[in-house]
Amino acid sequence: MTRFSAWSVFWNGLTAQRGWGRQWRDPEPKAHYDVVIVGGGIHGLATAYYLAKNHGVQNIAVLEKGWIGGGNAGRNTTIVRSNYARPGNREFYEHSLRMWENLSHELNYNVMFSQRSHIALLHSPAAMDRAARNYNTMRLTGTPDAEIWGLEQLRKTVPHLNYDTHARFPILGAAVQKRAGTARHDAVAWGYARAADQLGVDILQQCEVTGVVRKGAKLASLQTSRGEISANKVGFAVAGNSTRLWQMAELGKLPIETHKLQAFVSEPLKPLLDQVVVFGIGGAHFYISQSDKGGMVFGGDLDWYKSYAQRGNLPIVQDTAEAAMSILPCLGRVKLLRHWSGVMDMSMDGAPFICKTPLDNLYLNAGWNYGGFKASPASGWYFADLIAHDRPAKVIENHDLKRFERGVNLDERGAGPDPKLHG
Amino acid sequence: MIRIDCPFCGVRDHSEFSYGGDGSIEYPALDGSMQDWHDAVFMRENICGVQTETWQHSSGCRMWLLIERDTMTHEIHSVKPAHAGIAKVLEAEK
Amino acid sequence: MTARRLETGGRIDRSKALGFSWDGKPLQGYQGDTLASALLANGETVLGRSFKYHRPRGVMSAGVEESGAIVTVGTADRREPNVKATTQELYGGLEAYGQNAWPNVRCDVGAVSGLFGRFFAAGFYYKTFMGLPPFEWGRGTGLWMQYEKIIRKAAGMGEASRERDPDHYDHVHAFCDVLVVGSGIAGLFAAIQAAEAGRDVLLVEQDFALGGDLLNGGDTEEQRIQLIAAAEKAGVRMMTRTTAFGLYDHGVAGLLERVSEKPSSNQPRQRFWTVRAEATILATGALERHIAFGNNDCPGVMTATAARSYLNRYGVLLGKRIMVATNNDSAYLVAKELAVAGAEVQILDVRVQHDIATDIPVQFGLGALEAVGSTAVTAVKHGQGKQDCDLLLVSGGWSPVVNLASHRGVKPIWNAELACFLPTDSSEAIYTAGSAAGVFSQAECAESGIAAADRVLGKPAKTGYVGGWQNPIQPVYEMPAPNKKSKSFVDFQHDVTADDVRLAHQEGFVSVEHLKRYTTLGMATDQGKMGNIIGLALMAEALGKDIPEVGTTRFRPPYTPVAIGALAGRNTGLHFKPLRRSPLHDWNLRHGAEMVDAGLWHRAWYFPKDGESLEDSYIREATTVRETVGLCDVSSLGKIAIQGPDSSEFLNRVYSNAFAKLAVGKARYGVMLRDDGIVMDDGTTWRLSENDFLMTTTTAQAARVMVWLEELLQTRWPNLRVHVTSVTDLWAGVAVAGPKSRETIAACLEETKVISDENLPFMGVRTNSMIMKNGVACFIARISFSGERAYELYCPAGQAEGMMDLLWESAQKQGGCLYGLEALGTLRIEKGHVTGAELDGRVTIDDAGLGKMASQKKPFIGSALRQRPELIREDRPKLVGIFPKDRTQRFKGGAILCRAEEVSGFGIGWITAVTYSPALGHWIGLGFIEGGHEVWQDKDVIASDPTRTGDVVVEVVSPHMFDPKGERMYG
Repeated sequence: MTRFSAWSVFWNGLTAQRGWGRQWRDPEPKAHYDVVIVGGGIHGLATAYYLAKNHGVQNIAVLEKGWIGGGNAGRNTTIVRSNYARPGNREFYEHSLRMWENLSHELNYNVMFSQRSHIALLHSPAAMDRAARNYNTMRLTGTPDAEIWGLEQLRKTVPHLNYDTHARFPILGAAVQKRAGTARHDAVAWGYARAADQLGVDILQQCEVTGVVRKGAKLASLQTSRGEISANKVGFAVAGNSTRLWQMAELGKLPIETHKLQAFVSEPLKPLLDQVVVFGIGGAHFYISQSDKGGMVFGGDLDWYKSYAQRGNLPIVQDTAEAAMSILPCLGRVKLLRHWSGVMDMSMDGAPFICKTPLDNLYLNAGWNYGGFKASPASGWYFADLIAHDRPAKVIENHDLKRFERGVNLDERGAGPDPKLHG
Repeated sequence: MIRIDCPFCGVRDHSEFSYGGDGSIEYPALDGSMQDWHDAVFMRENICGVQTETWQHSSGCRMWLLIERDTMTHEIHSVKPAHAGIAKVLEAEK
Repeated sequence: MTARRLETGGRIDRSKALGFSWDGKPLQGYQGDTLASALLANGETVLGRSFKYHRPRGVMSAGVEESGAIVTVGTADRREPNVKATTQELYGGLEAYGQNAWPNVRCDVGAVSGLFGRFFAAGFYYKTFMGLPPFEWGRGTGLWMQYEKIIRKAAGMGEASRERDPDHYDHVHAFCDVLVVGSGIAGLFAAIQAAEAGRDVLLVEQDFALGGDLLNGGDTEEQRIQLIAAAEKAGVRMMTRTTAFGLYDHGVAGLLERVSEKPSSNQPRQRFWTVRAEATILATGALERHIAFGNNDCPGVMTATAARSYLNRYGVLLGKRIMVATNNDSAYLVAKELAVAGAEVQILDVRVQHDIATDIPVQFGLGALEAVGSTAVTAVKHGQGKQDCDLLLVSGGWSPVVNLASHRGVKPIWNAELACFLPTDSSEAIYTAGSAAGVFSQAECAESGIAAADRVLGKPAKTGYVGGWQNPIQPVYEMPAPNKKSKSFVDFQHDVTADDVRLAHQEGFVSVEHLKRYTTLGMATDQGKMGNIIGLALMAEALGKDIPEVGTTRFRPPYTPVAIGALAGRNTGLHFKPLRRSPLHDWNLRHGAEMVDAGLWHRAWYFPKDGESLEDSYIREATTVRETVGLCDVSSLGKIAIQGPDSSEFLNRVYSNAFAKLAVGKARYGVMLRDDGIVMDDGTTWRLSENDFLMTTTTAQAARVMVWLEELLQTRWPNLRVHVTSVTDLWAGVAVAGPKSRETIAACLEETKVISDENLPFMGVRTNSMIMKNGVACFIARISFSGERAYELYCPAGQAEGMMDLLWESAQKQGGCLYGLEALGTLRIEKGHVTGAELDGRVTIDDAGLGKMASQKKPFIGSALRQRPELIREDRPKLVGIFPKDRTQRFKGGAILCRAEEVSGFGIGWITAVTYSPALGHWIGLGFIEGGHEVWQDKDVIASDPTRTGDVVVEVVSPHMFDPKGERMYG
């Protein structure tokens, strides 16, 4: 397969692009694999890649009911950051961010990770202190780029925000992570798919799991729309649909509720905003960045009720637009081009699960709430490690389903056991 | 926009209401076991399809409602007061 | 193109000339023009530049599908980028500019990128820009970030204003029985039918004139006027300039009404309507498709129906020698009308010879292979050679507008005969009529409109009007150019070519979703209205499959782009999340308060005197409270009336401490937990009478606690006879704290004895005989958050200022002061009282040092799960006080507490709140540290604050830093 480079782009330009082949194969399913990952999103594809690369697993398949990267991989607002402060979350997301920093080279695929800074606006002295607690923790745990900015530095760096001192929520400063930023979401899925494929992973699209065959405490095989597939080990990585597969395996309930989150993009504009800006106060929640194509990409809160439907409701469109105008009043005449929604696993503490399950050879990767995109490299890394060694690495030892029984708290917001509050 | 037929106020936009959660959960007695409480508080059936759920008409009559709603199509099949006694009275009045 | 305005004809008003400008050049059009028609009439042909290759682009359509004439309208704070000139109504004074070009669209330096077009194939950017060329050496994102800067500058289309949009926008809510979208023949007939049956019908039209395709006809004006009159007579509410941009759950539609295109001081610019309709009829018409052939983006190439529209609606004949390339019947009418208007017209019909009555010369079996020209078309190449022309019209068939139905999840199905997607039936009350449903003859459009209305009315209705062409269409999506270098565009705006689609196939991006994302096909401002079907067809061909097997992408709202300002409406500026004001808000401001945000409230922060800083002010205020007396507005605290015979039992279950035996006339501090055993909120609850309690909550949690109590009563404990009512806004509250507090209050009362220590001991509550000298009746509770003798006085909100005036007059006589939230914080930190800063949703009652309060005798909410193993560990961080070791130093809230020998990692605790303590004479803080203060006695701990103040050595002490025995409070 052609290695991607300026040279290959140049050469193919001269030769009518004839040198490019499929970025990943379209194989027929085999009857048996060593490891089957259900879910061809970024988490599943990354898991397959790291299983092959880090752990030398030879015979791996990724099962995707539609087309890879068609779920939340392609529906998110592409923000990558590691400003988490709870032990467990902190190391995990920082590891992920470090992986992001070299991901394009690792995959030989430009995932366009743009470390343009993530700027969370702060509006009261109390909010400054709360943010400082988290950002101090980041600094002390090896994240050098966490900063608390005053108004002057903020104004210099992000000129077009609403700095009116009589604004409804005047800006006092910001919590900034400079290595954070955005990435091209589709490219990450494709990049992992191509890299995994090169290591021999079978990516089986249009292959929907329709049934789970159990044999005692083991998962024997999966019934799929492309035939029955057995495996020594099976990993589920199907955000939004985790419960559905879980119940196919007759495993009962999960600490997860499926909610939907909308995302928005405006028409393309010449550069207007060079960072990711986040705003949250008074019940509003808003985040915005500008894609390389020029569209303002933004989002807000969940639609507030449980839903598996990938379509959003109008009141949240309005709420999000209000927040947009509050922070960037120059957006009044900028037009919304498209809004859509994704369904996400909202967990009871806002933190994910990468863990063993009641079945000996089944592993679960679920419950990513809002945060799945940025987590995907580390998620794949640790999930692969778990599947390969059948025991969790230290970083993820509290990312199990029993943590609520133990009383472990990974709740960054302190919102309590109500899934919709963990946005 | 989901439109909810509040038994007290009539059909209103869902933005007047706030979603509670799974309405089928039976909470244990206050002196119930830790395990029972764990299961009630943390574990969810998370139905894809018609589920019974609670909503509060928070910008209206403040009543908590039990609603049967399809979580895929958002179609609503029934709405009644969550308070069993009040539901019974309303039912009798019909 | 050699366009000229005709002397007569069209639906413009030649008596009303409108001056406007294009790139600063003054031009003239007429009332009834669009910006595009006016520019065309003035001979302007190059109106835009494409996204990637900066190719010159002109008008390609006459509607919302426009992909070429995309311009910027307005200047400075009213600059609107990415306006489709074809839908922009002309008004006097309109200023339009070319965009995405330098120095201008007619001569654009960026066009040089076209020379390298061969290297810019679909997805090329995923393959390079990672590291150092040519082999992408290096690590990290450094080089990409440099490339990105250049890419971002080159990308984007228009330039947004940097200033606040000065116009305002409105929201409207509406209801109707039937919403009809589209005012063409089908829409009008449907609306009339439904309205005549007594239905309340709202008909919306995105154009500024009603009639749909009737506006494009040469001889349809009479019919149009008659139909509109009939609709008016039937009582149809008709709205023009109104786009139904999205359909949502339960019959809700989002509309955008463009109220005043021209800036106006007394009209909103746009209105965003939320319409709840019992039924919706979609008569949204169909869009004419392009065909991919060489150089098909050359200005002067456009859809056939566009030329008809410019002729019949705007009185502009676009060319002298016109070639019409078609694969279907519809273009014949266009050709005829153009010929009648005086142009020399020829038709290229790719179909084999067939029977169609026309006077126009037709060459069958031929299609356009390549347009010749760079900034204007000069000739067309076809299978038999090359023919000169100054306008090349293309008709590649028609695509019904199924977007709105698609918003509702209706899956369109491919109709091979008509070569288009048709909507299927919806499970909701949504019906499609006219060409949106694939009905292409005028008579049948009318009938299908009536039939759709009949279905709404529950009457039997005929279906199956689909079709209507005399001769079948021959599906053609691409005519490969003989010249391989010439680009065939599929998506004009994003410069996606037919070769790009094939490359996507070659690389395995074969599903429609992958195709779209990899090539950006259909992602531009027209959202694929022009190019999607061609892209699908080319992919199907590459795969050797039928179009439906490739699939359809689901359309997402909005149908056409909607201004963010319109969606926000009036809820901007100070109307965004409207401010909650205490009844004493204005009083506080009049008395010099500086305010601070507290959730949705503004609370008095400090009351500076003579240029005092925040620090000067709060230290003075806190000192005054400890020395004499201070007054503080506490009205924002949540207040909940809890009434009914089971109230005490209810409170006993809700609070972790016992409430059953609280005596009438007494207050008790309570802590309530969540189900999971973590602290939810705290506050005092007063027993006013046997069955009547008043609960106070923190400001931040007031709403949540109220909802929680209602939920418990209505869903979990329906047998408890208790009613809860939020009375936060009914009562104004003032804390009167300090050694002189009793005297201060006494002087205000009719009868001073009522607050003697005997009548009102610590934690006592009085609700009767508390009449102030100005007649205001109030409640009073002797509770203290400051550690001083203190009272809280509540009176009806409307009398707040009267109560406060009296108290303030009295307090001043005692040498007292007003104090704000900052001094309130100082006083409570000195005493070790917790607030939201400490109770962060992860803290247990034990962590907060209040574990002893939790009852061992009764179960309560959270009592089961608070016993979980991790929550009862001895080494959990517990509430402590913090002193700087060197008492002259200070530290800040948010600092992390670390062992002196290990200032890294997660530390051993954190600081929640900090103040200068006037009572102690140095900075102090509250925080949490593993194991509590006993463990760290006499040990140095570092308060590390690397993001702000660096490291400070601190001592860990009991959280009760001032008057630990509470002598002052009881005193």
